[in-house]
Amino acid sequence: MSNLAVLPIIIPLLAGIVAVFFAKKTMAVRIFAQVLTLLNLAVSIGIAFYVIQYGTVTLETGGWAAPYGIILVADPLAIFLVLTTNIIATASVFYAPNSLTHKQEQFYFYTFYFLLISGVSGAFLTGDLFNLFVFFEVLLMASYGLIVLGGEKIQLRESLKYVLLNLFSSMLFVTAIAFLYSVTGTVNMAQLAERIQEVEQTGILTTIGILLFFVFATKGAIFPLYFWMPKSYIVPNSVVSALFGALLTKVGIYSIVRTFTLIFIHNPEVTHELFLWLAALTMIFGVIGALSTNNVKLIIVYNIIPAVGFMLMGIGLFNHDGLAGSVYYLLQDIIIKACLFLMVGALIYVTGTSNLKKMKGLIHHFPLLGWMFFIGGLVLAGIPPFSGFIGKLLLLQGAIQEGRYVIVIIGLLTSLLILLSIMRIFTRGFWGERTELDTGNIQPKRVRGLIIPAFGLLSVCVVLGIGAEWFIPHIETITNQLLDPEIYIDSVLKE
Amino acid sequence: MEILMSILAGILFATAIYNLLQKQLLRIIIGTVLLSHGAHLFILTMGQLKTGKPPIIVEGVEQYTDPLPQALILTSIVISFGVTSLLLVLSYRASKLNESDNMEELRGSEHE
Repeated sequence: MSNLAVLPIIIPLLAGIVAVFFAKKTMAVRIFAQVLTLLNLAVSIGIAFYVIQYGTVTLETGGWAAPYGIILVADPLAIFLVLTTNIIATASVFYAPNSLTHKQEQFYFYTFYFLLISGVSGAFLTGDLFNLFVFFEVLLMASYGLIVLGGEKIQLRESLKYVLLNLFSSMLFVTAIAFLYSVTGTVNMAQLAERIQEVEQTGILTTIGILLFFVFATKGAIFPLYFWMPKSYIVPNSVVSALFGALLTKVGIYSIVRTFTLIFIHNPEVTHELFLWLAALTMIFGVIGALSTNNVKLIIVYNIIPAVGFMLMGIGLFNHDGLAGSVYYLLQDIIIKACLFLMVGALIYVTGTSNLKKMKGLIHHFPLLGWMFFIGGLVLAGIPPFSGFIGKLLLLQGAIQEGRYVIVIIGLLTSLLILLSIMRIFTRGFWGERTELDTGNIQPKRVRGLIIPAFGLLSVCVVLGIGAEWFIPHIETITNQLLDPEIYIDSVLKE
Repeated sequence: MEILMSILAGILFATAIYNLLQKQLLRIIIGTVLLSHGAHLFILTMGQLKTGKPPIIVEGVEQYTDPLPQALILTSIVISFGVTSLLLVLSYRASKLNESDNMEELRGSEHE
């Protein structure tokens, strides 16, 4: 049964390879991708239930015992993230045919898409630091392919910067691993955690920890390393933006959660204090960006940044409520960000522009999309009873327990400004007098195809909020495991 | 020996960063190549440069060098090779379409 852990990686990997062979037959590759994505979703639901029931699944690939071979660890946190990934993958794959042009779809979109999903799942499931680097590269390579898909002038220009920056941070990652290898002599996360607890010279380890944090902060768009993100996320197609905005930064955050709850916990006065300050700055700068623009897609892109700040805040607090809030917020934010990107994609398709000033009175034409956008905004800002509320509530509780009132105020203020930034789209774009749309280019069937996947994601979000009582026990389990690294170490390095 | 190698890697990093901060696109790419060289040398150094036989099992040999950093470097080399070739093609296309290889001119929103 331990072979289960590899399935979320191997299914999309194989599907991506097979999709290469008939990439030009649009209809066939479309159906193939949809069927395989649904299969992958079903498999990850199955594994999630298995993990809930029987505890962490560890797979020693190739049968080599734990510290010597590569291991895959499907603990509750990892498997919940894989499940969330597959939920938004399902929405994206049904959205893609309506959003992409015929040419983009034929030029290996589905291959890159599957490789991206495979890389993300691999990064969540791996228990080995160098293997994490390799999976980072797998997902980044796929994202390079997706960001230039279409080959427009601006895409080429912005992807160049994206590739350069990620290459730089990858090389920094390799250097950090080299440092860590020379100090501890291993790259296996569980063994690293075990050895770091024994090692006395904590100064060098704190330095390596912060170096690793900066690598992950670049991937996760944390202040002051978020500068590359806004431009590179608005140039690709909406479905690609949704995948990027929902997944890529969250892989960085997951890596920070993993490394700083498992490996570098010896000197929290320095590391976790730094996180709290950076979290506060990330929230402030992200939300200022979101308020500064009239480009609807850019507003959503900037809203990724304060959300990342909220998650980092929970890690910085490092108490039970803070971490539980971070995990809950992480899971719901993946879904709501993908949902918002899909809705904005539909908005751009029906209006033909991303400039907010040119939109008006859309609620008369698209009432469903309008009210979905309204609810999406409430979820994002954290209005009860929606899912954003519970995560933020836990985070603020955690902050109050630690007596961190400054960050509580910043967090609340940020939520208010997030609400303002997202409601600007609703009030300016959807309200107002009825204007005649240029309906010549709009196919109603396509619009329906764009709205339905977003509706699916939104309902998942609403269920996450209203049915929070079902999910809280699992969040508790995850948090308890994060607070006690021994559980992870024991499940990997069992005799 | 480790100190010498560390200094060499440091020089590589320094030249790489200098080149990355230039305006010309090709120089930036040369910078990334130098950066990956520095990182790879660094892994080799950090695995400790003990004298020993190559890590191939032969009868009668006691001392081997550490095989793990070599495997890590090999993986990292092919990855950075892939990314570099992508980067070269990308910069070729980008500079052709935008008619400039100057990073100063490849920014802003006036040419969208």
